[in-house]
Amino acid sequence: MSRDLSLGVDVGGTNTDAVVIDADGQVLASTKQPTSEDVTTGIRAAISAVLTQLGDARPQVSRVMLGTTHATNAIVARRDLDRVAAIRLGAPAATEYPPLLGWPPALAQKVLAGSAMLGGGHMVDGTPITPLDRDGIRRFLDQTEDFDAVSVTGIFSPSGPEQELEVADLIRAHLGADARVFLSQDIGPTGLLERENATVLNAALYSVARSVTEALVTVVTEEGLEAATFFAQNDGTLMSLDHAALYPVLTIGSGPANSIRGAAHLSGAEHAIVVDVGGTTSDLGVVVNGFPRESTLPREIGGVRTNFRMPDILSLGIGGGTIVDLVTGAVGPGSVGHRITTEALLFGGPTATLTDAAALKSTPVEGRSLPDLPGSTGRMLSAALEEARRRLEDAVERLSLGRADLPLVVVGGGGFLVPDQVPGAGPVLRPGNGDVANAVGAAISLAGGRADQISSLDEREAAIQAASEAAVAKAIHAGADPLQVTVVDILETPVTYTDRPTVKVSVKAAGPLARLGERMNA
Amino acid sequence: MVMPMAHTSPAAAPGAFVAASDVAALAAGAAVFGTGGGGAVHTSQVVAEQALQEHGPVPLVTVDDLGPDDLVMLMSGIGAPTVGIEMLSSRHQIDLLVREAQIAAGRPITTLMAAEIGGSNGVGPVGWAARLGLKLLDADGMGRAFPSAAMVSMNVAELPCDFAILSDVVGNVSVIKTIDLHWLERHARALTVASGSICLGAHYPMTAETARGAVVEGTVSAAIRVGHALLSAADPVQAVAAELNGAILLTGKITDLDRRTEDGFARGSVTIAGTGADRGRLQRLELQNENLVVLEDGEVLVSVPDNVTIIDAETGQAISTEMLRYGQRVAVLAWACDPIWRTPRGLELAGPAAFGYDLDYVPFKEINR
Repeated sequence: MSRDLSLGVDVGGTNTDAVVIDADGQVLASTKQPTSEDVTTGIRAAISAVLTQLGDARPQVSRVMLGTTHATNAIVARRDLDRVAAIRLGAPAATEYPPLLGWPPALAQKVLAGSAMLGGGHMVDGTPITPLDRDGIRRFLDQTEDFDAVSVTGIFSPSGPEQELEVADLIRAHLGADARVFLSQDIGPTGLLERENATVLNAALYSVARSVTEALVTVVTEEGLEAATFFAQNDGTLMSLDHAALYPVLTIGSGPANSIRGAAHLSGAEHAIVVDVGGTTSDLGVVVNGFPRESTLPREIGGVRTNFRMPDILSLGIGGGTIVDLVTGAVGPGSVGHRITTEALLFGGPTATLTDAAALKSTPVEGRSLPDLPGSTGRMLSAALEEARRRLEDAVERLSLGRADLPLVVVGGGGFLVPDQVPGAGPVLRPGNGDVANAVGAAISLAGGRADQISSLDEREAAIQAASEAAVAKAIHAGADPLQVTVVDILETPVTYTDRPTVKVSVKAAGPLARLGERMNA
Repeated sequence: MVMPMAHTSPAAAPGAFVAASDVAALAAGAAVFGTGGGGAVHTSQVVAEQALQEHGPVPLVTVDDLGPDDLVMLMSGIGAPTVGIEMLSSRHQIDLLVREAQIAAGRPITTLMAAEIGGSNGVGPVGWAARLGLKLLDADGMGRAFPSAAMVSMNVAELPCDFAILSDVVGNVSVIKTIDLHWLERHARALTVASGSICLGAHYPMTAETARGAVVEGTVSAAIRVGHALLSAADPVQAVAAELNGAILLTGKITDLDRRTEDGFARGSVTIAGTGADRGRLQRLELQNENLVVLEDGEVLVSVPDNVTIIDAETGQAISTEMLRYGQRVAVLAWACDPIWRTPRGLELAGPAAFGYDLDYVPFKEINR
């Protein structure tokens, strides 16, 4: 029996979707269930539904992958967060900018048990800033009360990781071997405050993440699935469940990443622009070599500035439920949302929407047609449809990077708003199962890792080599097949004001998941 | 009509202050004055806001307000932006700097001034002034951002720099006395590298007498006004252009980006294709840390020392050269430099030739398209 089916789950704010795909990427089963308060009930319903559809083939499921916005929601709602003791190494450098500077006060108060800026850290050339203050660390831990986890952020630790590792050992030696210690080098690249913010957030999310990983393990065990479990992360790659429990903050952007990758996969395109037209918004993104293109701008999560690499998503206030003002002609941003089946003209309701506008020219809703409308209303709706299409075309052009041949993959319930020909894009593709693209994206994720190095320009090749090896190791640690991992992205940034020309290289490696079925059966 | 900024920007009114609530506008405005460089303003903004909340508003004074007992120091952060985002300044770095400057000057420093209003260097001094209980001069040494310490208005005015002080993150302080600004830059650069590629600096001690005609006046209040326009206007792009008496040369999207590093500077070019009413037009900008030259159809539209900033086509927020990305929707904003840069010595120091461009400087005029 071949055990090559993957089960993808997406836990969104409203729906929990699940799909099963085979080794060729064909969708064999899919479902949409409401997300439950306890997470577990929704996951249980979704997984149970697709397994029922699979019937006798269910033992062939060898992997379960989950993507979720749960961590983001916990930060935004300031709910179930752990308390963190934040240590920074490198004082007196950076003491003008204490930890959690600029956080929303309510969130900082919830998360921070205490902070210390202590001796340690390195300069860009590797010179120690100050001697490591080991006693200071022990004193801080003794003086700080009521904390669940410790975060450690050393200046230039992404370029020289040893000191943070030593401090982790020191903390465990002081507090006990099971102390939860999170190191900034595992979370992000240079950019001290953003990396520290992310490390503290990560430490605060431990319990929330564990509730989701445990929910998944519970359901998988209940169903008797002999399957390896994974989490999807921001860049469209997977982490092992153990890894996700340690680095939950890296799952924060997985929802949009999965949606983009899933839609592209369903269409068969490796390079594509994807537009997901919902009831209220249209979200557009780009897939390059099967990965979502990442934004390089700093991102805020719940008011906290971080430097995660997140999918470059462009959101427009254009959806199937978007309200058309018949007096001013304004299109949105208001939407009737899920009330469309009672509010829209097509359904005998009082509100003109973009779905009604589309009905002038096509049949967006099977078996429904517009009532008789005054000529002026028809003209307004017609103009609104033009306006919506113009905004969508502008967004497509913006994302196309000058390439007019990228296919445009359309998914989502409002996809009829996108015409069959769009200037600035190649063929318009409308794949089946587009409504569960999120879960498909989770099911087809690769395992990946990223690593950074700063080096002199003379040693650039060696630095790329070292960063590549570190990235490959991270990818394998995250579950990738060691024989199939490849470097997929190299970014170089020049560093000025040094005595020698210096570059920062950032390397990403990724590969398909190792076949774990055999190992699990062994 | 050409309306140089110093003339269109009324200097700070008597009793003027910069309050914590002005810092966001100052930061947004300073980013516009960064002309593509000057460093990201965000962290400086957060720290300056906190300093003003703790210590209260900072008196914003003009050159006319300065008395015989006043002594002004020019303040700046020096170093590599890629290091500056990781090894940030220490809490006592600025105190050490000013204390040492007072010893070197032999009298109290009363007033701080930003070396360049563009970017993070334009935001930091207000917070430092608050913490040290000093005044802030409504002026800077550039009226924009430039890559070299020699490209300051005091140098145009041939004002000698008596001394410079550098302080680093661990507390090393250096007093530098050089024969001219080029040597100062060379020594400051070597010391900065020794300090981990990032330092704070104070130089150009000035009195009321020597500051007059040697600084670019009104730029702090101008940055705050530009920032307020940007943050509150219904059409921020047009509001920012109007506030600067400048023009939007083109609205479009970035269709090509070419970046490389030469001699320690980020050099390159960006191509912007017009959209909407500008469809069919194409402009190329030459960059060296800052935006230096705008070309269209082989002709130079604007060149350094006049100011060019690429701003977001919707929000009007300045986009620094390292944040430029393919496909961004942008507007090219240009406005006239301070008249001091249009003098023969100003052009010698910071005209096109100073950046290696073989072209004649044509003063930018407001263009109504």
